[in-house]
Amino acid sequence: MKVAISVTAPKVNAAFESRFGRAAAFVIVDTETNDQEAFRNPAANAPGGAGVQAAEFLAGQGVDAVISGAFGPKAHNVLAAAGVRMYQAGGGKVAELVERLQQGALDPA
Amino acid sequence: MIVAVASGKGGTGKTTVATSLALALVNETPLLFLDCDVEAPNAHLFLKPVYEQRAEAAVPVPHVDARLCQLHGVCSQVCQYHAIALVGGQVRVFPELCHGCGSCTLNCPERAIREVPHVVGTVESGRTAEGIRFARGVLRIGQPMAVPVIRQLRRAHPVRPGETAILDAPPGTSCPVVATILGADYVLLVTEPTPFGLHDLKLAYELTRDLGLPAGVVVNRDGIGDASVDAFCAEVGLPVLLRIPMNRAIAAGVAQGTPLIRLRRDYAPRFRQLFAAMAGQVEARA
Repeated sequence: MKVAISVTAPKVNAAFESRFGRAAAFVIVDTETNDQEAFRNPAANAPGGAGVQAAEFLAGQGVDAVISGAFGPKAHNVLAAAGVRMYQAGGGKVAELVERLQQGALDPA
Repeated sequence: MIVAVASGKGGTGKTTVATSLALALVNETPLLFLDCDVEAPNAHLFLKPVYEQRAEAAVPVPHVDARLCQLHGVCSQVCQYHAIALVGGQVRVFPELCHGCGSCTLNCPERAIREVPHVVGTVESGRTAEGIRFARGVLRIGQPMAVPVIRQLRRAHPVRPGETAILDAPPGTSCPVVATILGADYVLLVTEPTPFGLHDLKLAYELTRDLGLPAGVVVNRDGIGDASVDAFCAEVGLPVLLRIPMNRAIAAGVAQGTPLIRLRRDYAPRFRQLFAAMAGQVEARA
């Protein structure tokens, strides 16, 4: 499973970012191989439609789930259409969040 | 001549100035008054027009024919506003993000997109008792984009030869203000002599400078705040053309919908002088 987590900088050890569409970056974790890769969010500074663009980007990366603080209605619409599951978190390190997701301890958004 | 009344900061008195300017010129020139503050139009409260016509303002948004769409995703790639997305084997359209530019429709290799009108507001036009041609745009509640309504308002009311047009602009300095003041001959900036007024006056001035439009200033609520607005105007060469004092009787009268020049008759000649000064500035540049 590929999980994307919204973070504050394009680094695998970056801090969690609670905004989805305007997050600076996403860390994508492959839970089978434990590979981690950070991607700049192309929508971070978009004048509008950031949620749609960020969601389209992650869907294009083939992620199965996204962990963020909140999802706007348009981002939610796109991620749901792409079959990407959405989870809400208040904070935490990337590895912890993935672990909590696998334990079923995160709330679906 | 087309005069746009703008401000940067909201609530400085744009409509107070624009409506009294119009009323002061009634016997001087045929007038067109356009209330371009489509998110909160209020000039009608002072000018009391009778509306004769009403039209819908719409943005042409894409409608994808699923039978023709081959999921190339060109629409989503060319859209600058992320109003159309290809995900999960389907194309999704977000009308409220669409600017109606037509790029997706033009670039679809399968010609699977046609445009359908997405109504975002209305344009109402009529006349005031004084004979001013009056029109306003009204953005629909919940719609985020004012520009299509403003463009439609202006397109539907071209300025007639010999007519003076007064455009009451929205506050701020973003797209709706640009859509209002583009094509104007003069921008009258209404401010108040406070740090907040000055901050936004600077932004509005920079906008007029970038657009190459002559501008002048009305200081409203004169007597409050500090001298920084005057200092700024002197520094950049912006003429201060009129001052309206902070005055309880004026504030109370305007709050009841009475135009300033009806509250204070002595302001009628001042507004005519203001207009002459603006016309002089425009002529000097021609």
